Amino acid sequence: MKRLATIVLLVLAFLAAPAMAQTASDLKFPQLTGRVVDDAHLLTPEQVGALDAKLAALETQSQRQLVVATVPDLGGLEIEDYGYRLGRAWGIGDKGRNDGAILLVAPNQRKVRIEVGYGLEGILTDALSAIIIQREIVPRFKSGDYAGGINAATDQLIAQLKLPEDEARKVAAQAEKTQAKAREPHFDAGTVVFLLIFFFFFALPFLRAMRGGRRYGGGPGVFIFPTGGWGGGGGGGGSDWGGGGGFSGGGGSFGGGGASGDW
Amino acid sequence: MSGQFNRFLPRFALTAVAAASLAGCGVNSIPTSEENAKAKWAEVQNQYQRRADLVPNLVATVKGYAKQEQDTLVKVTEARAKATSVQITAADLTDPDKVAAYQKAQGELSQGLGRLMANVEAYPDLKSNENFLALQSQLEGTENRIAVSRRDYNDAVQSYNTTIRTFPAVIGAKVIYGAKPMVPFQATTPGADTAPKVNFN
Repeated sequence: MKRLATIVLLVLAFLAAPAMAQTASDLKFPQLTGRVVDDAHLLTPEQVGALDAKLAALETQSQRQLVVATVPDLGGLEIEDYGYRLGRAWGIGDKGRNDGAILLVAPNQRKVRIEVGYGLEGILTDALSAIIIQREIVPRFKSGDYAGGINAATDQLIAQLKLPEDEARKVAAQAEKTQAKAREPHFDAGTVVFLLIFFFFFALPFLRAMRGGRRYGGGPGVFIFPTGGWGGGGGGGGSDWGGGGGFSGGGGSFGGGGASGDW
Repeated sequence: MSGQFNRFLPRFALTAVAAASLAGCGVNSIPTSEENAKAKWAEVQNQYQRRADLVPNLVATVKGYAKQEQDTLVKVTEARAKATSVQITAADLTDPDKVAAYQKAQGELSQGLGRLMANVEAYPDLKSNENFLALQSQLEGTENRIAVSRRDYNDAVQSYNTTIRTFPAVIGAKVIYGAKPMVPFQATTPGADTAPKVNFN
């Protein structure tokens, strides 16, 4: 009996291991240490702090995430190519709304880009991104004023991404509601159905067989393991919105929106 | 008591194995992966359509400034008409010829636009026109989105093709679905893969 159990386990383990065919991207991205990731060291700590405060205020007001990143190299890629991958790797913006944006500066390549998440493409259009880069960033960067360019562009971006007051209140209320909902335990329909099937086709006949009252006639039928895992939908995907200290992306995605420039 | 338990256990084990192998054969994973690739394809088409929608506006703007570019403009307009006429449905994605035809039509429009954007460098008035600058950045952004969506589609196709050709899902692919591999995008014409470079300076 024990041997049979071992064989079953082995077979299951074999079947469960899917063919691993992930495209390994060997690109190294900087750590998302905060709303300002100054890996190319263009800013003083005070400037980083001030910028961070502005970005945090935007996030509280609109739930949208804007991140400033300076990188020493682009891993051999074009900035357009690097930008959207970085956005996806960091998951800037909310998973459902994809409302993140990144101001990406690569001083050694003399390239700058505003990378816009899917959900913000209508608000922060390519044309507007290009104008912000041409008017606010390029002239200042040309004269070596990195901090000034980054600050001016960030102000413009915040002005565009900020919500009107009434809309902001609505968004905040909505966010609170979904967060409260995520905290409640809940079962999705699939789990309930599975548990019912489990009970009627397995647990019940098993108990009957154990009790030995009746001859166990029909087989327990076929039941299929849902592959998606039936853990009862825990977690709820409540992305943690910065607040004090810790900052992380909400799982937002990017599709190449925005604009680039050089100087 | 224990005798009955022993009689039941093999039966349970058998059922468990049968169920697990059915799930392991790709009953779920093949359609999931296929739908994913199709969704990514829809995004590719969406972005190409977006580019096609930009072209009339762009042509109209350039026309006013660059009279000598009549020829280039006509070519772009023709390429656009051709590109929008070659349509492809999700079911055609396993047909290499259809995918190649679609790709060729779009590639011609890419080339036409690339030539147009290179030629307009000679018209300073046009280059300082606000409307043109907006269109230019939109075109640039759209080309970039096309590149991203194509890469996403290729990744999805690769994952799908790997799924249906490797154990254990290959069983399900052959027996249940008769799944055929999908065709990824390839850079056929030289330069068709790269977005036309647009210089702001």
